[in-house]
Amino acid sequence: MRTLRAAILIACVLAAWQALFAFAGASALTSPRDTIAYAAELLSSPGFYPHLIETAQAFAVALAIAISCGILIGFTLGLYRFAADVGEPVLVALYSIPKITLYPIVLLAFGIGMPAKIAFGAIHGIMPIAIFALGAARNLNPVYLKAARVMRLPPSRIAARVLLPAAIPEIFTGIRIGFSLTLIGTLLGEMFASQRGIGHLLIQAIGLHNVRMIMALTLLLVVVAVTASALLLAVDRRLRRHMFGAP
Amino acid sequence: MSEVHVALRGVTRVFPATAAQREVRALGPIDLDLMRGEFFVVVGPSGCGKSTLLEIIAGLNRPTEGAVTLEGNPVAGEVPEGIGVVFQEDASFPWLTVTDNIAFGLRQTALDKAEIATRVDHALRLMGLTDFAAAYPVQLSGGMRQRVCLARTLVQRPRVILLDEPFGALDQQTRFLMGDELLRLWRDSGATVMLITHSLDEAGMLADRIGVMSARPGRMLEIIETRWGEERGSRVVATPRFGEITARLWQLLRDESQRAMAGA
Ligand SMILES: Nc1ncnc2c1ncn2[C@@H]1O[C@H](COP(=O)(O)OP(=O)(O)OP(=O)(O)O)[C@@H](O)[C@H]1O
Ligand SMILES: [Mg+2]
Repeated sequence: MRTLRAAILIACVLAAWQALFAFAGASALTSPRDTIAYAAELLSSPGFYPHLIETAQAFAVALAIAISCGILIGFTLGLYRFAADVGEPVLVALYSIPKITLYPIVLLAFGIGMPAKIAFGAIHGIMPIAIFALGAARNLNPVYLKAARVMRLPPSRIAARVLLPAAIPEIFTGIRIGFSLTLIGTLLGEMFASQRGIGHLLIQAIGLHNVRMIMALTLLLVVVAVTASALLLAVDRRLRRHMFGAP
Repeated sequence: MSEVHVALRGVTRVFPATAAQREVRALGPIDLDLMRGEFFVVVGPSGCGKSTLLEIIAGLNRPTEGAVTLEGNPVAGEVPEGIGVVFQEDASFPWLTVTDNIAFGLRQTALDKAEIATRVDHALRLMGLTDFAAAYPVQLSGGMRQRVCLARTLVQRPRVILLDEPFGALDQQTRFLMGDELLRLWRDSGATVMLITHSLDEAGMLADRIGVMSARPGRMLEIIETRWGEERGSRVVATPRFGEITARLWQLLRDESQRAMAGA
């Protein structure tokens, strides 16, 4: 049933794309068929892989940093009422400013290359994860903490065995949002501060007005993001069903 | 049965004022001795500080004044070893199966796996949860979840068991059965039990002594000795002595509850 719905959705997107192509013409975009063919060509050309691996590495590290630091910040603020009252508005403000304004600072701090991309990716992903982790820690049922204290768990174990599992569904929602933001951040970092990676290829293609390249790369990114998002959503649903009996 | 197990001296608890609320004098002053191995029941009007009293004994909450000792050692700011608590709210962890919930506390200790498995199996059988060993708490009724919490406490073999209305969610008949069950556990374990309840019947049929608390700030108005021997539980409800006890409880609590309502 779900696969059928997904198939219908994909068919609609392809149809709309084809229609847009017929309307706007080849100077603005390429047809679905050409794009898919070129994407496949890219994937099978050896020159493409170093870029792909570079981006994948930067993204993976950025996401790992965003998740761990986001949880740490969120839990620390969430467990101390006062800190949360002060910290949450700051987080939300940071979340809503365009991260691009931080770009010069990141460049100054990390220079051009891998560290700057990672930093830029992590900056984007960290906020939603921190905000959701904070919410989860603050809404933690106090009786769980009491029960853990009665069973004489030290604070570090309480964090790992009670707070973390109790917060997992919310953190997952944060990760789901943080995932695509981290990807965007990493690509942006590559566009402006790198000689390698998908983002670099993209900005190069834009400079050369290489429509085929732009379209193929965009397609690949969309496929990755949608697949990851669907997977995370499925895990998210499972977790919620387990813990709260949600349908 | 004459050795003091838990002692409270001049215990009070005042919750300081917050932006949303005035200062609350929740409890005390209370002087109370729980004897080793006794079954002590606490009754009192809603909001009189029963749960607060329990948390102070457990070391989860600090008294504003006064002191608590367990086996002669002061209890302050930390839960001492040897105390088990079943809370008024459902404290089963929704992310763990029934088995993992029950084993949770034991897995934090140095106990070996086989011993943990034995104790958990035993507790599952005792609480009638064997068929639900692999279920998650969402799949259980409220009463069953409280049994999971009770099992989780019992497997740790506490010397003092504090129970805060563990059967609040159950119907009268099941409550009676659970009461008998609790008596058996108490006899088998030799633990000192303090049970908080709203049910005067439950108090009358289970306790060695019943502490009746006043309206907030809760003090001990009177401590009633039931003088039950081995013979107690749902079997004694038809005896005249049971009638006397519950009548006395009624009398004491009617006035206090009216005052509590007026003060609320
Ligand atoms: N953490 C807290 N902060 C402020 N006030 C509190 C806190 N905990 C309890 N109180 C107050 O202390 C009083 C006693 O509460 P407590 O929960 O001990 O009552 P109780 O006798 O257990 O009531 P019930 O029978 O309804 O369970 C109440 O007025 C409550 O509002
Ligand atoms: Mg209470």
